[in-house]
Amino acid sequence: MPSVCFYFQVHQPFRLRHYTVFDHTPRYFDEFKNASICRKVANKCYLTANRLLLDAIRRYEGRFRIAYSLTGIILEQFEKYCPEVMSTFDALAETGCVEFLGETYYHSLSFLYSPAEFIEQIQKHTETIQRLYGQRPRVFRNTELIYNNTLAESIEKLGSFDGIITEGADHILGYRSSNFVYRPVGCSRLKLLLKNYALSDDIAFRFGNRTWQEYPLTAEKFASWINRINGNGQCVNLFMDYETFGEHQWEDTGIFSFMYHLPEHVLKHPDNNFKTPGELIDSYEPVDTIDVPHIISWADTERDLSAWLGNAMQSNALHEIYKLEKLIKQTRNDELLADWRKLQTSDHFYYMCTKYFSDGDVHKYFNPYESPYDSYINFMNVLTNLKERCNQSFYRDDKRRLSKIS
Amino acid sequence: MLGWEFPPYISGGLGTACHGLTKAMSEMGVEIIFVLPKPVDSNMSTHVKMLSPQQCRPRNRESSGKAFSLTDVEKEFANVSFRTIATPLTPYGTPEFYQKKIDEIRRQKAGQVQQTLDETLGAALSGKEASAQAWIRASETVAYESDSSGQYGGDMYAEVHRYAAHAVRLGMQEDFDVIHAHDWMTYPAGIAVASVTGKPLVVHVHSTEFDRSGEHVNRMIYDIERRGMHAADRIIAVSYLTRNIIISRYGIFGDKVEVVYNGVEQNGESRVAFNKVGIRNDEKIVLFLGRITMQKGPEYFLMAARKVLEEIDNVKFVMAGTGDMMHRIIEMAAQMGIGHKVLFTGFLHSKDVEKVYQMADLYVMPSVSEPFGIAPLEALNHDVPVLISKQSGVSEVLTHVLKVDFWDINEMANKIIAVLKYPPLQLTLREHGNFEVRRLRWSGAAEKCLKIYEGMLQHV
Repeated sequence: MPSVCFYFQVHQPFRLRHYTVFDHTPRYFDEFKNASICRKVANKCYLTANRLLLDAIRRYEGRFRIAYSLTGIILEQFEKYCPEVMSTFDALAETGCVEFLGETYYHSLSFLYSPAEFIEQIQKHTETIQRLYGQRPRVFRNTELIYNNTLAESIEKLGSFDGIITEGADHILGYRSSNFVYRPVGCSRLKLLLKNYALSDDIAFRFGNRTWQEYPLTAEKFASWINRINGNGQCVNLFMDYETFGEHQWEDTGIFSFMYHLPEHVLKHPDNNFKTPGELIDSYEPVDTIDVPHIISWADTERDLSAWLGNAMQSNALHEIYKLEKLIKQTRNDELLADWRKLQTSDHFYYMCTKYFSDGDVHKYFNPYESPYDSYINFMNVLTNLKERCNQSFYRDDKRRLSKIS
Repeated sequence: MLGWEFPPYISGGLGTACHGLTKAMSEMGVEIIFVLPKPVDSNMSTHVKMLSPQQCRPRNRESSGKAFSLTDVEKEFANVSFRTIATPLTPYGTPEFYQKKIDEIRRQKAGQVQQTLDETLGAALSGKEASAQAWIRASETVAYESDSSGQYGGDMYAEVHRYAAHAVRLGMQEDFDVIHAHDWMTYPAGIAVASVTGKPLVVHVHSTEFDRSGEHVNRMIYDIERRGMHAADRIIAVSYLTRNIIISRYGIFGDKVEVVYNGVEQNGESRVAFNKVGIRNDEKIVLFLGRITMQKGPEYFLMAARKVLEEIDNVKFVMAGTGDMMHRIIEMAAQMGIGHKVLFTGFLHSKDVEKVYQMADLYVMPSVSEPFGIAPLEALNHDVPVLISKQSGVSEVLTHVLKVDFWDINEMANKIIAVLKYPPLQLTLREHGNFEVRRLRWSGAAEKCLKIYEGMLQHV
């Protein structure tokens, strides 16, 4: 009776423009680049995939169900650069077969540095999803599926979430399988869903790989793999970047046609069904507790933080930006706050990753900079300017106060 | 192997490259006869001492061949023997500079130019395709010269050909399989030896006239280079950048040209803190190390320095090296009003180079056109982060360095400031860069050269 659970991550950062130490204008983001990338990906992926999935949901009259996690800043970019994507998400939300997950609005690493900021960003995201789609997220996913026991505890404490998602990493599972619902250690109510990385990556990474022994992957074959879990699992959690469709796996790999036919083959077996993360949590009781004392994530083979926090530059940049929190919040200036928060997006730190840099792989493909060093220099120049603006804002306030007194 | 400079007294990267390559090849058991023009410049006289009989023992060749093996480095260079030819050739001289040298030497020696030599050489050269017979005749003539009162050709070009004639004489006496000529001054010698002995010729292009002179190429040198490349059986380029120039500017078929990247010798010593002489300890040091000449972009370094000084003050710019633009650059620094921030050291010998690396916070190579650029590798070896121009061959092999277009002063200054201002950047560059540079060994280059030799010898 495995329930197939699809969740798609939809995210694009606000990329920075080239910013030298000689720049002093308070405009940090590359409007042109962000707009053109957003439109490009919308045409190749978001619009096509949304229409395809909408069609599937309608065809199967509610038996095909999916979930999305949309970051706040991708929604801002859709509104600004390609509103037509917004209307397709509206249509998806209206079917009642789509669940939206909760996360930090800015796709940030704030959990690691500032509990207060972390909660504020989750609340901002929850409000946005409720306003746009009329549903309150019940399941939380942290940026890049970064997770440990402390995270689960603090999410349970918030009270607004029933479930949490992370990577089904081998070393936290041991002999156990990711195809069950679990409970995080130290939690009494919250349920834990784990990504089945083998089957997820078959679609997300290996699908178009001609040297893969299972190539070509057909919907029929994939459904047969799911059927094998029957009797030995509650769920199959297929979590992946939405850009898998059309961007990471190009259209000519047949990824769209695979997705079009998949529901049909999965539903052929009478024991199979589709459920969203929230529905999994309602349907199944946890079979065991999972203990994750050390931080994990869904990145690379290491499944750790090294892609964002692996060298001195990344650590320095992160410390510097969270050091500014107090100052920024004291200014009570919304513009400064928004700029500061957009700089927290994890992608900025990912670009500074020197791991594998010489080999040139995925890290390079998604990197708008020529080298991690360039990205660090750019980021630090922007941050320096932001700091100056904070100080200037205080200076102005002081002058105003002084003039009032006199 | 036909070369023209060898450490410890060198004026550029070529000597370092010949040193590294021959050492690695020798360790692989390849026997090398290295032919050098014997420098007569008084500045270089120490080099002669290095080869003097007290330190070196002559081999079983006849004395005119001047065979030496260096005792202090005997193990490393077990398979390398040196032959020197009296000539004032220096690798980076211009014809005018050379003329001055010749005049000086003539005045000192008050010797007469040997008429017969000029005539024979003239004969050898007049039949443009220097025929074997003519070369042999020329070599017989030069054999009469005595080294102590060496006679010199009238100009640099004649000198290049006189070197060639000597090389032919050596070539007829020695036993070898392949001729390997380093850069244009040895190409005529390479062609001559090849035509006399029929042995295959490799020319190793460390730089081209377009790198040294931009678009104002010296026609004579270009012709020598072109003839050498066309006559060669194989060409070794130090980077793809150079390979492209060879193909597009010299009309050579691509399948004849192979790329062999230079390496760097491992530096096992740990970084020792030196007293920064004349420079306060809280001051940062940005280093330019190389010949001060058009090719190396010294003026871009200065212009970037001025921009840096607009933002931060506690920094000094050290320009180590000499060159034909030295005076102009000193004046330029003064005119910009940054004279007190720019220090000129003149030419540095290897010990001082070590010292200056240990003081530096950043090494900048703003070369306009750099076929390879060994210096950045040495800087990385000394734990100094580097900023190099994208117009350099070495940028093809290095990833953990900062790169910039040589003309982009703003970006250059931006990156210099970033290195000085953000210590984690310096730290990361240093760690990763030092790790990366360990993969670039001379043994790799030597292996590739051997493969090329083997490929040629199979065809013969």
